[in-house]
Amino acid sequence: MKGIHQKILRINLSNGESRIEKRDEAFYRAWLGGRGMGAKILYDEVPTTANPLGPENILFFGGGPLSGVFAPAAGKASFVTKSPLTGGYADSNIGGHIGPELKYAGYDALILEGIAPGPSLLIIDDDKVIIKPADYLWGKGTFETEKALKDELGEDFQIAAIGPAGENLVKIACIQHDYGRQAGRLGVGAVMGSKKLKAFAIRGTQDIPVADPAQLLELGKKAFLSCYSKPGFEEWTPMGTAGVTNWVNENGAFPTRNFSTTYYPGYLNMNGESLLERILKTDKGCFSCPTPCGKYSSAAGTFKGADKEEKFEVMVEGPEYETIALVGGNCELASIEEVAYANYVMDDLGIDTMSAGGIVAFTLECIEKGVLGKERFDGRELKFGSLDSVLYLSELIARREGIGDLLAEGVKVAAAEIGGNSEHYAIQIKGLEQSGYDSRNAPAMMLAYMTADVGAHHNRAWAIWFDVEVGVDILESKAERVIQLQHIRPFFDLMGCCRLQWVELGLELEYYTYILNAVTGCGYTWNEMMQISEKVYNLTRMFWVKHVPGIGRSWDWPPPRMVEEEVPSGPSEGKKISIENLNWLLDRYYHLRGWDSNGIPTAEQLQKIGLPECVKDLN
Amino acid sequence: MRVVAARSELCSGCRACQVLCSLARFGVNNPKKSALQIIGHFPEPGVYEINICSQCGVCAEECPVEAIQANETTYDIDADACTNCGICAEVCPSNSVTQHAALEVPIKCVSCGECVEYCPRSALVWN
Repeated sequence: MKGIHQKILRINLSNGESRIEKRDEAFYRAWLGGRGMGAKILYDEVPTTANPLGPENILFFGGGPLSGVFAPAAGKASFVTKSPLTGGYADSNIGGHIGPELKYAGYDALILEGIAPGPSLLIIDDDKVIIKPADYLWGKGTFETEKALKDELGEDFQIAAIGPAGENLVKIACIQHDYGRQAGRLGVGAVMGSKKLKAFAIRGTQDIPVADPAQLLELGKKAFLSCYSKPGFEEWTPMGTAGVTNWVNENGAFPTRNFSTTYYPGYLNMNGESLLERILKTDKGCFSCPTPCGKYSSAAGTFKGADKEEKFEVMVEGPEYETIALVGGNCELASIEEVAYANYVMDDLGIDTMSAGGIVAFTLECIEKGVLGKERFDGRELKFGSLDSVLYLSELIARREGIGDLLAEGVKVAAAEIGGNSEHYAIQIKGLEQSGYDSRNAPAMMLAYMTADVGAHHNRAWAIWFDVEVGVDILESKAERVIQLQHIRPFFDLMGCCRLQWVELGLELEYYTYILNAVTGCGYTWNEMMQISEKVYNLTRMFWVKHVPGIGRSWDWPPPRMVEEEVPSGPSEGKKISIENLNWLLDRYYHLRGWDSNGIPTAEQLQKIGLPECVKDLN
Repeated sequence: MRVVAARSELCSGCRACQVLCSLARFGVNNPKKSALQIIGHFPEPGVYEINICSQCGVCAEECPVEAIQANETTYDIDADACTNCGICAEVCPSNSVTQHAALEVPIKCVSCGECVEYCPRSALVWN
């Protein structure tokens, strides 16, 4: 098998030892890379007793056979770990150039284990692996850290770093790369921080072995030309993900005021057009991406501070849609400039803008309802619509100061502690704050959140499009479509590719299997890839079964607001999905997956799809 | 001379050109074996720089063994005559001639035009 080096770099930070691990071809053939390989290694190695922030947890990083090859957007890689935010399975995807760089350095994956004795920096320069003290970087923001390392090591190193939030083990801490790409979700930055690893830097100069380079060249060219020929190439690219802001509002799904409603009249001041016309400086693409959603912006403005008018002027990658939705709409900010500034501050602190938006909005609602008093916030007046409030709470969370220490645990834990019925509006599933699509008028999207193997994340199955396409009131076919999407997504994550050229342009899926075979020489079929995806999806469900006592149907259930409250305004006014219908969707889904009525894979099903080793973990 | 010009203000830094160049020139997938380089300048000023050969001939003038000769459209390195001393890379005004540890001859653009044809941003054009 080509497309791989058959080398995994394993580093024990406790004793500073590194070694090359060679796995047989059958392992690669079965799990490919990235999310698949990471999930398998995590499942096999991390004991159920492992504290996610302890030495027994591992932080896996890697792309797949296509990471770094000549194919559209073949620049993705996954961090895989046991999540400190949810206690369950986690993978967090990152673009930019660092996944490919690991391949050029000669490795398929990097596994970090143990805990370093003090703040550390890992440098991988082809076959040279160096761990050195990083006290001089500890405490610094992500931007300053990356700049310092580029100045020190050279512009041609690719850097991944955590900010103060990761150091402080904040459970929504992210890992940042290339001044604005993040592995954002599930607290992967806290895992890196728990290992006392401030940053890693990679430079590689080696060829990626390719089975048929001439065919790769030909297929790569055809795939790029196909992208250019799609209407979406001209229509979607200029605004990137921000361009979806209008559509989500028009379809009544935009998180507004902590998901209390689904339409935000202020969206017109923070949509794709606002970004394009007012703040965009340059497109900033991930590796080999024909349609960069990375928008590098320059934003300035003023806002009302705690006691005086404040000014800001900032350059930042973004804001992307999820930040616009969860920091902009959900906290009711005023403009794309305000969202850009909050985006910058959160990036620099090293917190996930998505979960941060969810936690800040939840906190503001607690304050509004009198569940949290002013005295918890130094007597400050915090409210929706205030950029100052968003920035202040972000700092508290990232530094674990005052009540920020509790909020840093995520809304699920915070609501349980705060009480006062705040669990009703803590918008999360399995402990992960929900992405930027309200799904009370989108049953497939609701089911996608409920059954996502990491919590309420949209990226496992962006099913809202299907809801709108076939009808938001229809339940039939929704479970089937969610499962189909949940299997297509891993396909990309195992190869190390972005799926947006397929989602946004309609690039034919066949290209990817053709290219995968030109690179690996393995002759994968589409059906075989979907079988591997199903295996991965069941394996990660089984990770939950193994590690989280009591996991089952109740864990898949949406938070009370999403079930009990009708949408009060906008295009989805009066909408919610009945308990009966939610149960119907879930039953259908479990049935199709071969899971029991509690959502647990059956022994028979595990045998059938090739996971016999998981059967013992059912008990 | 046949010259590729860079419109760096259109570049998004994806480096598809570099990996394409390595495949087209050397039949390997390795953007470090590319006759052009994309360099980002972030977080400020937030621009990309494209290093690409202008076929100016400075490398040919400075080559101590006269291994670089002008043909009809480009200056090309004669692999048999080249000693891989690296002076061409040092003197290149556009920093586009590079050496790679695994190659015995420096990498220099031959204006094949693949990058012009496939750059998603039209940041590379014929001059």
